[in-house]
Amino acid sequence: MPQWRVVIMKNHAVRPLLVIICIVVLILLVRIVYVPKDFGIGPAGYMYGLHREGNEAEWKAFKVKYQGRELCKDCHAKNYALNMSSPHRIIQCEDCHGPAVDHPDKPANLVIDKSRALCLRCHFSLPYPSSGRSVIKGIDPDAHNPGIECAACHNPHKPMEGLR
Amino acid sequence: MVHGEIWTIKELFVYPNEYIYWSIQIVMYPFMTGLVAGAFVLSALYHVFGISQLKEMARFALVFSFALLFVAPMPLMLHLQFPERGINVLMTPHFTSAIAAFGIVIMTYGCIVASELWFLYRKHIITTVLSLREKQDKTLFDRGKYVLFNALTLGTYDVSEVALHRDEKAVKILAGVGIPVACFLHGYAGFIFGSVKANALWMTPLMPVIFIMSAGVSGIALSMLTYIVTMEIRKFLARRKRLATSRSRGPSVEELRGIELNEMQITSKYLLIFLIFSISLELLDLIFRGYTAVKSWDVLRSVIYGKDFFDIFVLQYGIGNLIPLILFSLPRITIHRAVIGCFLVLVGVFMMRWNVVIGGQTFSLSFAGYMQYNMPIIPHDVETFKEGLFGAITIMSMPFILFWIINKIFPVFTESEQG
Amino acid sequence: MTTRRDFLKNVALGLTGMALPLSAFEIIDPLKLMAKESLDKAQVRWVFLVDTYKCTGCGMCVSACKNENEIPYDANVTRTWVERYVVTKDGSVFIDSPKGARDGFTTAKIDLLADGFKEIRKEDIEKAFFVPKLCNQCDNPPCVQVCPVGATYQTPDGVVLVDRKWCIGCGYCIMSCPYGVRFFHPVLHVAEKCNFCYHRITQGMKTACVDACPFGARRIGNIKDQNDPVTKIILTERVGVLKEEYGTKPQVFYRGLSKEVK
Repeated sequence: MPQWRVVIMKNHAVRPLLVIICIVVLILLVRIVYVPKDFGIGPAGYMYGLHREGNEAEWKAFKVKYQGRELCKDCHAKNYALNMSSPHRIIQCEDCHGPAVDHPDKPANLVIDKSRALCLRCHFSLPYPSSGRSVIKGIDPDAHNPGIECAACHNPHKPMEGLR
Repeated sequence: MVHGEIWTIKELFVYPNEYIYWSIQIVMYPFMTGLVAGAFVLSALYHVFGISQLKEMARFALVFSFALLFVAPMPLMLHLQFPERGINVLMTPHFTSAIAAFGIVIMTYGCIVASELWFLYRKHIITTVLSLREKQDKTLFDRGKYVLFNALTLGTYDVSEVALHRDEKAVKILAGVGIPVACFLHGYAGFIFGSVKANALWMTPLMPVIFIMSAGVSGIALSMLTYIVTMEIRKFLARRKRLATSRSRGPSVEELRGIELNEMQITSKYLLIFLIFSISLELLDLIFRGYTAVKSWDVLRSVIYGKDFFDIFVLQYGIGNLIPLILFSLPRITIHRAVIGCFLVLVGVFMMRWNVVIGGQTFSLSFAGYMQYNMPIIPHDVETFKEGLFGAITIMSMPFILFWIINKIFPVFTESEQG
Repeated sequence: MTTRRDFLKNVALGLTGMALPLSAFEIIDPLKLMAKESLDKAQVRWVFLVDTYKCTGCGMCVSACKNENEIPYDANVTRTWVERYVVTKDGSVFIDSPKGARDGFTTAKIDLLADGFKEIRKEDIEKAFFVPKLCNQCDNPPCVQVCPVGATYQTPDGVVLVDRKWCIGCGYCIMSCPYGVRFFHPVLHVAEKCNFCYHRITQGMKTACVDACPFGARRIGNIKDQNDPVTKIILTERVGVLKEEYGTKPQVFYRGLSKEVK
């Protein structure tokens, strides 16, 4: 009989250790099945790079929502040109109209938000001389035509033209 | 509502994404692991250092530590957003994180305690199996017990003097090895907090040490308390049985010797040692912070001496530390004083965990705002149950339920064998 | 009768057999441990430039980010936000960020949350400005260090991502970020944070917030590209970073960073 067998048979104190070894081996076997094959240490090393490599591609494939104004300019040429000739040229179309996503397929129509709240984001007068905010012409919404939509008088694409 | 929003009240300037994410269950977890470690150390005092008066207490503490061990992962399961993914910590541990140590440490510690219990109860297991084997008409409970105990023998039936002597030696070795592992089990929990540089209250190298000392305090106190209560209950039940029936089965009230005052005195001395260490370290931390007065001191001071003054100085230091310190230091300790002292110590240890976990989230990362924790009392959905009062009560009661179950297999009170 | 040689041979065999599954842990491969050098050879390292002089607090960036990255609009968490600082003549600093500035700042009253609103007279204002904040994609990210399961990591181009399928939701990364940029996704319940619109920048687009900002207060660039205008500003002008003392090496640089900024 080999020596190790004799040791186990004679000294019962070894038995709990054998049980523990079996548990450890079991965990390692489960690991082989459970952990994804591409899980490992990436280029960033062990501390900053332990991860499942496939996740990087998953994030790269995330759907893009905002398409940029180049998409808008062909079909919406009039408003596009108007906007580009006004101080509002610095604002992206999608800032006010929401993300294009797959427009004109889905959504068929983008949001036209005529609320005062949208304009007040920049045009609520805040007395902050040390910030770019002070450069923007602002109003006090309680004093300047309260309750009426801004777009009733101002064309959002060229706000100071043709004021009604 | 986002996670944490319902029980967080923000004040002044708090970053938009800040909420009290680590709430009552994260308070319960170090509390439970502290009890595990402390109970084990108490048991080891007998097995390793041979303090013979602690023999009964040692057996009790070991079994209780084992029961507590099963409870320790429960607060984590209730806290995790994905408890079913909790196994990931064992599958892909990222060892630069203190939490990754959890899987390895708890399994190592569990193996040590389980092995030690096996050696301690091996004779009892074998005698039970042999007597059950001979029993003719086994009930369902008996049959289940027979299967379980048969498996627990691990195939050995040797009860010779040599084998029993080996058992004793193994217990001694395991208890000795187990002490640093038990310290690690709770020390790493301290490291989880102490290494978070983003949190001005948690960040200190003293945290693991404070936690270990505090663990010793809580483990010893709970073991003492439960032991006293259990012995008193057994005496009460035996007395009632004596009055009800004429035949005597089980130990008599006289045979139930009750708690020996001597045992209490020795155990409370060790409690006192850990208590003094614990208090000294915490005061040292506080004094250092005030003295060095780094950037975070202004907001920390307003939290420690202002908002959390009652929780810290009255509940934790006053009721939880100072009064027990006096109670245990006075000469001629009585059982009544020990019970009160132990209970107050446990309150103090719980408040320490609370003041660290919740207190560390009372101020914003901006150092310019505060958050208030309103623990959900009446649950109205799964989350407010898990991370609310009822979740905490469930965890608190589990050790006693589990201990009662384990006691059926590994009986702690050996007088019943002589009855 | 077993000889010592046989015994040693058996032990060696046993250990080798155990080492095979153990090597799956990979942490005993020193080459992998030293892999950080390969990061230095990468062609791209994304950096961000915030100009607090230009920011007007319109909040278009916050709104665009929510839409682009599918963070529920009404949830009180956001991948990026804008803070308002108002410093009065007596030296008091008032800071707020109502809903992370998702709707901009449309009142002069400072939102002090549970402490109500603070009215400040125009005459008392010494200086006031806006500070956009987002994930700093640190070079030494403490959030990655503390993840117990490897669910968050740094890509070779410097962006810190979260693996939504592996995250267990322990919240340790959230607690360890000194900047408070991480949170639990309100629907998916995993850890979440700004990732520089990784799906956009890897396709040659800019991040949603950079595109949305009308004033050019937000810009993204590649620090490894000497000709990148953003890189030029960072290298030649005076820029600051947030909470440098934590040693995180943040990669979002601020023009006009002031001492009051938290």
